[in-house]
Amino acid sequence: MDQDVQIKITDRDGKLHQIAAPTDMALNIMEVVRLYELAPEGTIGICGGMAMCASCQCYVLTEHPLREMQDEEEAMLSEAFNVKPNSRLGCQIQITPEMEGLEIELAPED
Amino acid sequence: MITTDILIIGAGPTGLFTVFEAGLLKLKCHLIDALPQAGGQCSEIYPKKPIYDIPAYPEILAGDLTEKLLEQCKQFEPGFTLGERAETIEKQTDGSFIVTTNKGTQHNAPVVTIAGGLGSFEPRKPLLENIEFYEDKGVAYMIKDPEVYRNKKVVISGGGDSALDWAIFLSDVASDVTLIHRRNEFRGALDSVDKVQELKNKGLITLITPAEVTGLIGETQLQAIEVTKSGESPVTIETDCFIPLFGLSPKLGPIGDWGLEIEKNAIKVNNALDYQTNIPGIFAIGDVNTYPGKLKLILCGFHEATLMCQAAYQIINPGKRYVLKYTTVSGIDGFDGTRKEAPKAVVKSIN
Repeated sequence: MDQDVQIKITDRDGKLHQIAAPTDMALNIMEVVRLYELAPEGTIGICGGMAMCASCQCYVLTEHPLREMQDEEEAMLSEAFNVKPNSRLGCQIQITPEMEGLEIELAPED
Repeated sequence: MITTDILIIGAGPTGLFTVFEAGLLKLKCHLIDALPQAGGQCSEIYPKKPIYDIPAYPEILAGDLTEKLLEQCKQFEPGFTLGERAETIEKQTDGSFIVTTNKGTQHNAPVVTIAGGLGSFEPRKPLLENIEFYEDKGVAYMIKDPEVYRNKKVVISGGGDSALDWAIFLSDVASDVTLIHRRNEFRGALDSVDKVQELKNKGLITLITPAEVTGLIGETQLQAIEVTKSGESPVTIETDCFIPLFGLSPKLGPIGDWGLEIEKNAIKVNNALDYQTNIPGIFAIGDVNTYPGKLKLILCGFHEATLMCQAAYQIINPGKRYVLKYTTVSGIDGFDGTRKEAPKAVVKSIN
């Protein structure tokens, strides 16, 4: 559908998935991963998307203009493991038309 | 040995509402939870966050929901084993079960209901190569007895409330307290942050930020840690104890080894009937279970709890007939002797 954006997600086993993510459902990256079952249920989005766990941590591989990090996300990432400079919490990244071509990699499970 | 009618594993909203529904059927409940307080995720992860999909509550804070559920089930006098994790289950010859916690507390009941949510909350361990070797040899993920640290050198790492609070508390007990955090900012309560600043200024807490513990050193016991400040080379700090406080994360844990059918990190149940698992007498309700169309919502947990209690009634009172009573009509008789009922209408003739 035309409101979909194409994004690439590398799962925790290193497998690359090309995904058509809808922009009209107020979804975030964590929810897209669950929608397409790219990580086992119960290992991602544990807190439900409140930036209160780091189970949806991902590495952003492209230079898309993402929403600026809020305090909660920054604090959570400061206590998470396997954090890299390009780490973000998937639940804090909304799927919008600007996300076309976004590439991310899921961080290892805690 | 603690004995009860329904043993509930997990004291979150679903577990607490089970106490109420079981109470209406005159069944007594006991709850086990790995956390030190009731409420599950609602009190551990998001007590101050609002929930908007609890029927009849346009908005309620998760912490308040816990309070109200506790109040609602109070007259049915639930027992609690808190701060202990259900570890093993053994079926007895009489058909009942014995559940033993990690601290050895034993519970006996004819019906076991797992209302375990996402699992039991376990401390998150930092990714240090040999950290498991030093557990109980200087490394601890939670503080059980602060006296253990008297006159010891202690290093705490983390940036949340528990790291700040324990750094403050131990500055009075330990000979030396060092707090290490990956950032300069802490996300604890403002009071705690100010207090740590004050203790740092007085020289009672050594603060190392932004830095990370990158290594553990010691032959048989922890003797030192290696700390790396961002952009600098590692330094070694002598210490007796290292306490990483990085919060808790839920794990299905030992329940996963009970012989229950697991799918997608959840326990498969019969949703056409009573939310029983593949082991008769063991039920699973709330976020911990799965079935076609499952939604992990508190309100679904309440419904599952209600139907499960009917099945528990039949197991405990075999062959006994049951007819549904409405609380509005029959009131509630608490196990504590209290009675709640609708006020009687006044009948008076008008002349």
